[in-house]
Amino acid sequence: MTVAVNLPEPTGSTPPHQPPRGADTVVPEPHGPASSLRVLSRGAATIWSNKKARIGVVLLLAFVALAIFAPLIAPYGASENGFGRNEAPSGSHWFGTTAAGEDVFSQIVFGARISVLVGFIAGFLSTLIAVVVGLSWGYIRGPIADVINFVVNLVLVIPGLPLMIVIAAYLQNGGMTMIIFVVVLTGWAYGARVLRSQTQSIRGRDFITAAQFAGDGAARIVFHEILPNMTSLITGSFFGAATSAILAESGLSFLGIGDTTTVSWGSMLFWASNSNALLTGQWVLLFAPGLCIALLATSLTLINFGVDGLSNPRLREGSGR
Amino acid sequence: MWYLLRKLGLLLLTAWAAITLNFLLPRLMPGTPADAAIAKLAQNGPVDPATRAAIEAQLGVPTGDAWSQYVQYLGNVSRLDFGVSYTFFPQSVSTLVMNALPWTLVMVGLVTIIAFVVGTLLGVLAAWKRGTWLDTLPTLGGTFTSAFPYFWTALLVVFFLGYQLKWFPTSGAYGLESTPNLSLAFISDVIGHAWLPALTILITSVGGWILGMRNNMINTLGDDYVTFAEANGLRSRTVAVKYAARNAILPNLTGFGLSLGGVVGGSLLVEQVFNYPGVGYLLYNAVTNQDFPLMQALFLMLTISMLLANFLVDLLYGLLDPRTRR
Repeated sequence: MTVAVNLPEPTGSTPPHQPPRGADTVVPEPHGPASSLRVLSRGAATIWSNKKARIGVVLLLAFVALAIFAPLIAPYGASENGFGRNEAPSGSHWFGTTAAGEDVFSQIVFGARISVLVGFIAGFLSTLIAVVVGLSWGYIRGPIADVINFVVNLVLVIPGLPLMIVIAAYLQNGGMTMIIFVVVLTGWAYGARVLRSQTQSIRGRDFITAAQFAGDGAARIVFHEILPNMTSLITGSFFGAATSAILAESGLSFLGIGDTTTVSWGSMLFWASNSNALLTGQWVLLFAPGLCIALLATSLTLINFGVDGLSNPRLREGSGR
Repeated sequence: MWYLLRKLGLLLLTAWAAITLNFLLPRLMPGTPADAAIAKLAQNGPVDPATRAAIEAQLGVPTGDAWSQYVQYLGNVSRLDFGVSYTFFPQSVSTLVMNALPWTLVMVGLVTIIAFVVGTLLGVLAAWKRGTWLDTLPTLGGTFTSAFPYFWTALLVVFFLGYQLKWFPTSGAYGLESTPNLSLAFISDVIGHAWLPALTILITSVGGWILGMRNNMINTLGDDYVTFAEANGLRSRTVAVKYAARNAILPNLTGFGLSLGGVVGGSLLVEQVFNYPGVGYLLYNAVTNQDFPLMQALFLMLTISMLLANFLVDLLYGLLDPRTRR
């Protein structure tokens, strides 16, 4: 069953920056080792030049800083519960306290660690699988490609959140590792599909034919010739995968699946709704964790606006009709 | 015709794979349902083998080798016989699912369609009026709201519109005092209860459609035939709607198919917050109570509905875009 990609296909306007590696290496490489560094800084500049992406980068850095320096920023420990219960925001407890007498602000600060960590680890692992599967799948032809096609389509039609909670229910021993595992298990297929179609379009280019004639092996062609041309797409799927990982983690934690004693933004909302924060009128306790999830996820999406511009100049800002 | 047959064959193959996966999944996982029950008992003291056998028999833990289990399972699935629920004993799993299904299909299904239509229109507008506030507002707003976790939007909506302003009822699909029938009073009660969950889903899902359509539209607007139509002096609305949007909507349709299939399961977080008696809420209950037969049947149904929705969209796609019919 062909499920076409929901993303706009990159128009392939990025000129392949890798010169064909001929067997006769007399021709000197025009760019030395500095090349990849230069590409990186030029890419960063393109992202930064997009106003939306700039906001995203600043937001993301703020959250990362919050996560790293949590013990310095938070006034109390995350699970320190010697305070009054259900207190309204005050000078000593900026966001009030929970029903168990914990400081909400400190929990928010420490909760950033879980979301940032899960986002980056699960996003990275999903992207890694997506790159390996997507690129090989796009490059090879024949029955193996059909088999991969079948598997990826199967994973794509299996509803993500239900699969996650069903697996989580079977595994029973909660914790972050399990959450990351199920998020990666369901999250890689979409990226693989996007990367595959781009690989297929690059596969037909001249520099690939040249590499084939030069006698390069399939693995070398895929990962040394094709991969560098897909940097922006891979970056894009990383941020996309990280966003869905963050949202998935918060959803699972909110449902009380996994370790509910770990302080994360999702589990804060789990405890808040279980202790009837709706009735006690503690709107900060309800508002703050979700807003943080939304802001962190938005920051990644905003960065992706800039990343889109890397490969597709039409999506760059200021080049409108 | 060949196209249709090939698609149909793939559908059957994928359905078989999904059914088999549903069979394998619990068997790949450590422990059996009986283990979970025995673990609870074991906290009070050692469990003798006779008790264990009794629990296994009660829960219907399958016996025999894997192959005969598989054959038996296929037979059961074909008869839509998924056994008896542990939690809602002695109701059968099929009855429970059939009772929950209409609530989800009608409420979530309608909202998904509304969100798709509204989001796509806003996306077309945003791309056409690129750079103006008609673009910036829906794009940035959509980016932000589509990052909202479903359950958080739900909690906020319940808190402000339900508890603080008391505009809408906050829980269930109908009032405790009314009984399901086809009277006008009952229907209006149901609609009253559907407002908040529907609003939640609309707020959270509309952004994705806006962004997707805007991106597709910008790509299409750069195509030569659009420039040509403009150069011909066609009215700009004609160009936008009849030339650009018509082609730009194709990728969004696939997403729509996926989300229609996801209707059945995707609303889990929303239904949980509102105690809405739909399929998602049932699945949540099954998982928290370790009701494995119910869980397995629901999961299979969710997968199959995704498959079918995809299949239908594929067929539609073939009609709309002849290039895919190769």
